[in-house]
Parts: sequence; C-alpha cells; structure tokens
Amino acid sequence: MSTEIELTIYVFILAIPLGLELAHRVSPLLHTPLMSLSNAISAISVVGALLIAGSGNAPTLSRVLGCIAVTASTINIVAGFLITDRMLKMFKKAPSKESK
Amino acid sequence: MTGEIWQFTYIAAALAIIVSIKWLNSPVTARKGVMAGQIGMLLAVIGTLLRHEIVNYEWILIALVVGGAIGAPLAYLMPMTAVPQLTALSHAFGALAAALVGTAEYYRYATAGENPGMFTLSALAIEILLGYLTATASVMAFAKLQELVPTRPMVYKGQNFVNLTLLAGTVVLGYLMITGNAPDWAFPVYIVLSLLFGILLIIPIGGGDMPTVIALLNSYAGLSACAMGFALSNRLLIIAGALNAASGFILSVIMCKARNRSFANVLFGAFGQAAGGPAGKQEARPVRSASPEDAAMLLEAARKVIIVPGYGMAVAQAQHKLAELTDALVKRGVDVKFAIHPVAGRMPGHMNVLLAEANIPYDRLVEMEDINDEFPETDVALVIGANDVVNPAARTDKTSPIYGMPILNVDKAHTVMIVKRSMNAGFAGIDNELYYDPKTLMLFGDAKAMVSAIAKELPALATA
Repeated sequence: MSTEIELTIYVFILAIPLGLELAHRVSPLLHTPLMSLSNAISAISVVGALLIAGSGNAPTLSRVLGCIAVTASTINIVAGFLITDRMLKMFKKAPSKESK
Repeated sequence: MTGEIWQFTYIAAALAIIVSIKWLNSPVTARKGVMAGQIGMLLAVIGTLLRHEIVNYEWILIALVVGGAIGAPLAYLMPMTAVPQLTALSHAFGALAAALVGTAEYYRYATAGENPGMFTLSALAIEILLGYLTATASVMAFAKLQELVPTRPMVYKGQNFVNLTLLAGTVVLGYLMITGNAPDWAFPVYIVLSLLFGILLIIPIGGGDMPTVIALLNSYAGLSACAMGFALSNRLLIIAGALNAASGFILSVIMCKARNRSFANVLFGAFGQAAGGPAGKQEARPVRSASPEDAAMLLEAARKVIIVPGYGMAVAQAQHKLAELTDALVKRGVDVKFAIHPVAGRMPGHMNVLLAEANIPYDRLVEMEDINDEFPETDVALVIGANDVVNPAARTDKTSPIYGMPILNVDKAHTVMIVKRSMNAGFAGIDNELYYDPKTLMLFGDAKAMVSAIAKELPALATA
C-alpha cells in the first residue's frame, strides 16, 4: 500500500467521527437546515467534475460527462446553500422575554 | 514549505466546511455557518480551476452558469412545504455528478488501456454504484413526496429476493471490473443495475418512512463523494464527503429511533404488511365533540397550552392562522409552547421550518424529550393534524404496529383538544384511544378553518 493511500485512509478515519460529533451537536430545531447544508457540501464532487471536464488528455466522452457533472453539482451547490439560508432567515427569537 | 496555491486553498476549504457545520449547531450562528460553507465551496472551486491539469475553461464556464441558472430558481421558488422534495432533487443532482465523474474516469482509464490499480478501481466502482443508486433513489423519493407516484409502500412477492439478486449481480460485475477481467459489456450493465437498484430500493418504502430515507440518501451522497476522494486521492473530497455521510447517518438513526424502527425494517418494508392487521375493530364509540367557542373559552382560561402540530396542519396550510392564535393567547398571558415530535413533517426538523415561516419564534418550539414532562401541568394540549405521534397505544398496546414508538404524552394534560377532519384513522390506519378519552374534546373540521374560528372567538370573549 502506498503512503498516499495510507494517508487518505487516515483522513477518512478521522473525518467520520468528527462528522458524527458535529452533527450530533446540532439542535433538532435545525435538522432540516443541517440536511440541506450537508447536501450542498456533498456537491464537493464538483472538484472531480471540474478536473475531468477541463482535462487536456481525457477522451471527449469523458469530458462531456464531466461537463454534465459540473452542471449537476452546481445545481446541487446553489440550490442547497440558497434554500438553507432562506430557511435560516425565518428562524426568529421571541421579541420580548415573556416566554422563558 | 513549498506547494501549489490550490493545495492551500483546499486546506482552507476543508477548514471552512468543518466550521460551517459546527456553526450550524445554534440558530444564533447558523447563518454564519452557511456563509462559511459557501466560502469553503468557493475556495474548493477556485483552487481546482487554478490546477495546471485544467486547460479547457470554456465548457466549464458554460456548465457553471447553466447549473447556477437552474439551481437558484429551484431554491427560491419552492414553497417551504416542498423543502423535502427539493432536498431529494438536489441529492439526485449531486449523486448524478459523482456517478458521472466516476464513469468518465473509468472510461478514461479503459480507453487509455491504463490500470490505475485495485484500490483506485474499487473506489471508482463504489463511487459509480452509490452515485447512480442515490440518483435514481432520490428521484423516486422526489416523485413520492410530490405524489407523482403513490406514497403507500408498493410490495410484491419475492421483492427482497429480486433486490438481493440484483445486488449480488452488481457486486459480481464490480469484482470483475476491479480485477480487470471484465468483458466490455460489464461496465454499461453495471451502470444499469445501479440505476435500477436505486428505484427498487424506494418502491417498498411508505410515505411515513421518507424522513429516514432522505437522511439515508444524504449519507449515501456523502459516501460517493468520499469514494471519489479515494479514487482521485483528494483529501478535501474525503473530508467533506465524510462529514456529509456522518451527518446523514446520524439523522437517519434519529429518525429510526423516533419511529421505533430498525434500518432493516425501513429498507425491507415490513410496515406495509403490519398496517393491514389491527384496523378491524370499527365499532362506533362515543366521542365528545366541541365547538370553536368552547375551545376558545378553554384556551382563554388556561395558564399553559401546548400545541402539537402534525403534517396534517401543514397540508391544510393552517400554520399562519396558528401563529395568529398563538399571538392572541400570549397577549392574554397564556403560556403557549409547541411540542415537536422528531418525525413531524416530511424530513427531519421539517415542522420547525414550517412554523418558523409562519413567524412563530423558535424559542416556543420544544422538542419531544424536553417537553414530555410538562404535559401533566398543562391545562390544554391542542393537537392539530397529528395522530400516530400522540397515540397512547405506542406505550400500552403490544399488538399495535406503532408499539414502542416514542410519543408525546398528550394524554397527561388536563384537557386534550384534537382538531381533525373526521373520525377516519390516521395515515398508518391505526385507531387512537385518545379520541375516546373522557377528557378529550374533538374539534371536527378543516384545520385552517377551525384554528381561525377559534382565534375569532377569542376577542369576543375578551370584551364580554
């Protein structure tokens, strides 16, 4: 196993419990925004899509697929972030302290 | 220390993405969290565009613009009740992207006659499988939520056998591809099977399990991004994908617990059969019904009121009227809270969003675990459009399909008022003892009309 692969696996092993811990701390009040935000983040695959779409040595079919992938993941990113923000804007605290 | 610029932007992007989920934990910092997430994603895109592997920019620019032009109106035009559908659709696009990248990479290796090694090929195979599967499954979930296809579970004989055979076939083909022994037809067939598997996975799942399933699909989308990270040995992809996979997994576990179901149970659709059982007893039993005037009088006299909203409230679009009623009661010195069951709505936390949209302050929205002890000292519990989540059978009746599911202890309140269209059983087809309890008042009618009728009766009482 190459060092490259080993390192990548270590990153994965550390990132999973970090994600579990972070998500666990999110109040149930915000579970829907959590989901739409993490949905937007999952579109990080745009990185892979850009690399293949812009590549100089990939076959044309691969580049076309890459471009479709860039479009699809951009939809995912834009829709995910915008809807999350739209939802969070609506969450307001009570104006006075009458409810405690 | 030397390095390429993109390496530093990737590190900054990973940090921003981690911080963004951290900030989402409280409504106070949540919007900053979204900002951090957007910066992270922007850094990831810019960093990638700066890499010298990228030589062609025209197509990319067009693709980015087209994607943005489709995504933005989607997010702005969808009503809040449709957030689950939008999320499902958005998952479908993200997963499709991962799958297409996997396909493109595999095709590139195949045409160049290159063998990138078993590790990369395995990662690609997993990325392609999860990507296509999540894409079609999300489209199916979208169709069910949008009611383009029937929401009840579709079950047929030998369903699990068909699904498992299909899965086995996919695994065998995947193995052939990884070991480099695959015939030419194996790859396209692998794709078709992955697509098909996603559809078949959702068919037996009923509307009530949608929150669990959407969360699970969220997790799969993250895992396929992770697999892409392994295939490209890109650590940013792995971090972001793993965060997403973990948060989707946590949410689906929470949803499963809130319905007292196991993962296997959700995925293999046992609820469909169970629901047929105990719907038999149809004897007419006396219930106490009340008018909006009675309800208004009781609410006005109460010191403490807990409102239990269910998805039926949202279907009737009663949330704005409910906000008016809440305001009127609060002005009269009544302590009003909302009890939110984890599965109220069509995705995790959906009910909070719907109530927040109606301008109900979030400090009035209390989750199940925190409010259940307050019911015994509550004068009136007002149940609107909820049924199974307040059904005491979940505590007492071992034969009930919902036995063991955590419920809101509405039956402990001094008076229970239930707004309901008619005496028909709820969507799980289960009768509810609570309706026949002597302290329960049934308010028959459309949720929106009933709530606004109650609100109208309140000022009249005040001047009398």
